[in-house]
Amino acid sequence: MIVTRMGDGSFVTMSRDEVIRDVEEGVADAVKRGKVDPLSADEIEYIVDIICRPQKFVSVEKGNELILTYDSGTLKVTRLGIPIGMPQILQLYERVFAADSLELAYVHYSFKTIKSIVPEEQYAVAESSLVTTAPLLYGAMPNLPLYTQPDGPCPNAAELLPMGKIAEAKQAQEEAAEYAIKDMVFVSSGVYEAGADGIDFDTTAAAGDAEFYATLTATEKLREKYPDMAIEIGMAGEFVLGFHGEIEYDGVRLAGLYPHKQVALAEKAGATTFGAVVNTNSSRTFPWNLGRAVTFCKACVEASNIPVHANVGMGVGAVPLVMTPPIDCVSRTSTAMAEVGKLDGL
Amino acid sequence: MALAHMHASGMGGIRTAGDLVARMQLSRKMRLNDAKEYVAGKLKVSVADLVDEVVMNEVRQDLDIGTVYAGMGEQSRGIEAKFRIAKLLDLEINSVERFLRKIKW
Repeated sequence: MIVTRMGDGSFVTMSRDEVIRDVEEGVADAVKRGKVDPLSADEIEYIVDIICRPQKFVSVEKGNELILTYDSGTLKVTRLGIPIGMPQILQLYERVFAADSLELAYVHYSFKTIKSIVPEEQYAVAESSLVTTAPLLYGAMPNLPLYTQPDGPCPNAAELLPMGKIAEAKQAQEEAAEYAIKDMVFVSSGVYEAGADGIDFDTTAAAGDAEFYATLTATEKLREKYPDMAIEIGMAGEFVLGFHGEIEYDGVRLAGLYPHKQVALAEKAGATTFGAVVNTNSSRTFPWNLGRAVTFCKACVEASNIPVHANVGMGVGAVPLVMTPPIDCVSRTSTAMAEVGKLDGL
Repeated sequence: MALAHMHASGMGGIRTAGDLVARMQLSRKMRLNDAKEYVAGKLKVSVADLVDEVVMNEVRQDLDIGTVYAGMGEQSRGIEAKFRIAKLLDLEINSVERFLRKIKW
């Protein structure tokens, strides 16, 4: 029998045939929802093999390593309650954690909140760039809801929609998007001019299609302003919510796009890397989630001309939805994404 | 979790050549295999060597492009190493360009 986990992290015992069945069902779900190609029989068999290995920790074969980027990298140490400065955290990532890249982030991880402390963040970036060697990104979330009342200037679409005020709700999101674009360009320009190699738009489209539009537009403006800037667009979920419903970028309706369609727009806007997300279903097994996540990500990699880094943290990319992701699942996800999904990075 | 991914599939950062391959992805949009081959060519090593800590530690020392042992000897560290990496990879690094602008009196 195989001991694996559910998407909520709890243990479950399955036969090999049950593992095969769940991987195949996960693949089929991705194919049905995303209209993408399924994994081959050999690829499914390899994923089953990765899941069924008895070791607690598995890894890629030599030569199949990929690049790691880190959403909100420095905050992962701050959240542990270790009160040290950002440059020192980045030095730990570089020299202790063997990180391929670095990301500096502020505790209030949204562009709207950061815009008022850009000089202080520039200082942290400039200091960090002197004492580290690996490429340094600055990360933050577009976070469109911060621009809605009572926290922001725009009417709240989440209040307007239940009242049937559809046109007003759309207008409110379009206004919020314009504010967000200005903040993203302002903050990103500030940290780039302080010495960062680029920017990471993390959890893009968490508030739906208007937020995706705002991030793509900000990317386009930044690419025009800084031709050599590294720009990573990392998504919030596998499916762009149609909270607006009709907003478009480059003639493409954004609502309902899956990763292999999202990446084409990220590339068009000027992103250098794309962070694909597939949500973990906590009610299904790890084999089901892994088969599904790899199918979506492999399709995204094949559709892309820029490097694709899959998000594989808590609750995404088949990693269980828990605060302390178990390394048996994390290492299997890492291995499957590299060797079957053919990701450029994670 | 970051450590689990690093052990399972990461290239190893400046312990190996992970930072250099990452630069080519992030700045030049190079896909993984293209970036590995580009860096291996510039370092004059095989692609397999890029993730070998023993080989890469010696290569990084010889090229003076920074290692994890930043406190030892005369090795370049931080921005010093990035000046050399920019030249080695034929790449403009933003912080290096900024540094150069600041020291032009």
